[in-house]
Amino acid sequence: MFVNKLQCFLHRAAAIFAVIGTLGVSQAASKLNVVTSTQDLAAISREVGGDRITVDSIAKGYQDPHFVEPKPSFLLKLMKADLLEVVGLELEIGWLPPLITQSRNSKVQVGANGYLDLSRYCEILEIPTGQVTRAMGDVHPLGNPHYWLDPENGRRMAKAIAEKFSELRPQDASYFVEHEADFERRLTEAEKRWDAQMGRYHGRKVITYHRSWPNFAKRFNLDVIGYVEPKPGIPPTPSHTLDVINTMKREGVKLILVEPYFDLRTPNSIASAVGGEVLVLLPSVGGVKEVNTYFELFVYDINLLNKAFAKYK
Amino acid sequence: MPRILFVIGISLLCPIFAPAQQDVSELLNRMKAMEERIKSLEAEVQDLKGQQSALPAAVTAAQPPSTPQQPGVAAPQRPAASVTVQAPTVTLPAAPAGLEAPQTPSGPLPVYGGASAGASKVFNPDISVIGDFLGAAGNGTPRSTPALEMHESEAGFQAIIDPYARADFFITFGEQGVSLEEGYLTFPALPAGLQMKVGKMRSGFGKVNTMHNHVLPWTDRPLVTQNLVGGEDGIDDAGFSFSRILPGPKDLFLEATGQVFRGDSDEIFKSYRRSDLSVVGHLRGYKDLSESTNLDLGVSYARGHSPLGPALLYSLYGVDATIRWKPLRRSIYNSFVSRSEFIWARQDRPTLGVAKPFGFYVSADYQLARRWFFGARFDQSQRNDNTALQDTGGSLILTYWPSEFSQIRGQLRRTSYAEHLTANEFLFQFMFSMGAHGAHPF
Repeated sequence: MFVNKLQCFLHRAAAIFAVIGTLGVSQAASKLNVVTSTQDLAAISREVGGDRITVDSIAKGYQDPHFVEPKPSFLLKLMKADLLEVVGLELEIGWLPPLITQSRNSKVQVGANGYLDLSRYCEILEIPTGQVTRAMGDVHPLGNPHYWLDPENGRRMAKAIAEKFSELRPQDASYFVEHEADFERRLTEAEKRWDAQMGRYHGRKVITYHRSWPNFAKRFNLDVIGYVEPKPGIPPTPSHTLDVINTMKREGVKLILVEPYFDLRTPNSIASAVGGEVLVLLPSVGGVKEVNTYFELFVYDINLLNKAFAKYK
Repeated sequence: MPRILFVIGISLLCPIFAPAQQDVSELLNRMKAMEERIKSLEAEVQDLKGQQSALPAAVTAAQPPSTPQQPGVAAPQRPAASVTVQAPTVTLPAAPAGLEAPQTPSGPLPVYGGASAGASKVFNPDISVIGDFLGAAGNGTPRSTPALEMHESEAGFQAIIDPYARADFFITFGEQGVSLEEGYLTFPALPAGLQMKVGKMRSGFGKVNTMHNHVLPWTDRPLVTQNLVGGEDGIDDAGFSFSRILPGPKDLFLEATGQVFRGDSDEIFKSYRRSDLSVVGHLRGYKDLSESTNLDLGVSYARGHSPLGPALLYSLYGVDATIRWKPLRRSIYNSFVSRSEFIWARQDRPTLGVAKPFGFYVSADYQLARRWFFGARFDQSQRNDNTALQDTGGSLILTYWPSEFSQIRGQLRRTSYAEHLTANEFLFQFMFSMGAHGAHPF
């Protein structure tokens, strides 16, 4: 009897699901629906995709991309996506995998055609060699994931994105290629200006809070000599803070670069001890309201650095 | 070869062409030198072959990982694994969902069968182990907890099976024995937006029943879980689970889950025949109230045969509510979560008719700083077979996170049991995880 009831229940449930499924299936949108893990990827995608795509990002530029909550509301974005772009290198390991699994979207599963890991196309720095253990902090065993902060990597990402867009929407391929070429041209011109601005401060030494800046520092010839964090992901300790102060005094370093999502108390106390300054530099597009494009990100950071370097000669 | 034949021919003709004797001897010398050179090259080739077989496989002539890949029309694929002679550490280019690049021991890797060691290890599941050490002090009667125990060691194995499915296994080792807490296959993207799980799993009844011990914000489970929902193991059974995200108005997230199990779950469901299946249903509604605040509501239902008799049923009805606050700019420093569950049960009894016990808990946790969390919980529940008996408890909890991978927790718990006994206890817990980086709990 119970089995009959169960069968009846299952049939009804199946019928309800089928009806809902029919209602829920939307017509294939003419625009490519792109979801990105961060706003940086969304900004570059917007440059390449123009009005032929819709793009939405999960993490905001002013939040720590390592610690994003896997909210169910993100599933609503992912379940409709044609393409998911990720930074990779385990930046999103704590929150993106469950979202992908629960998205019910076969297009964006890992390894599917609509899953694009952009780290595969970029120059990756700080890849640990030898044994990697958590005694080293929350280390990324595949390399530092903050690679988008080098315009050359931005160029590589744009190319990869244009190729993926073209593969998914062949009818718009020439549009994407054209936009990518235009992005590259404008980026090359902008780099000349940024080089002129930063060239004066070649080899300047700085302290950063987290290891977010290796690609940026390499590209613009900054010398990162220490970190406020004793190890990646480990909050500052008094003894390490003292070491940082001594290092800064010894090396004559005045600037501490801090991401917008870290507490400023320890950096401020270090800065006051050495007569220096804390700069809240943006690692991502969307870090402040006025930074909405990949270009604006570099303009903002480079202007801030220029003013600070000019102050501390 | 033609050159050698030519040289041999020349040497045979030596007696005839005596004047060419000097040239011939020169050629022979050169030939000997060539033979020596060939022998030395052969030896080198053998050496290289030997080294190659000793190497932990999949040794590719891949460029070093730091070397940028040139984007082209066809994106160059990184090798599935690259191993350097100096540091034989296997690295994966991209971790699949829920997976992390497996850590490999240092030193030469063994060679398995025909496949190279590196390549074979790439497909190993992610492995993690979570330790849960629990201690108790004070008067704990009648809910006895040992003074010190390695309460649970959970080993997790997770991997993508094929393009259609992934699998998750969680095996728990207690001090007394081993059990399969969960082991299921997930088909993440079936037609019509359905997701299916098959295997043994924690059912989707409410919130606490779905949570493993290590993601609970307390050292224990609330009284209502202990009295009405099967305690620590809860509704954890073998069966099928289907779920679907339903279209909701104005960005409202709705998810319906239906589950069918064999019908054996600890002390609340018992299967006497194959047809004594148990069912669980859950409807979840979620809404972002703002960027920082969200509300999670759910209603649940479960029914199965009672351990009190084959003709008797045990049913559960639940309502759960969770509100979370986490400012995005300071998400690693401050947050607040309040959870509550209200559960009604209906227990058929052999002689006394139907019992309808009720229980609930309300809890709140505030993150004071990056590493510090403070929480409180009030819980109350009647016993599942006797509504005249009611237990009431209250707890204060302080948690310290040395890092993302370990935590130390203390809990002051006061419980008034129906037997007019009051227990005042201090519980303390050390938890630690090793291996693959799991997802952060939400």
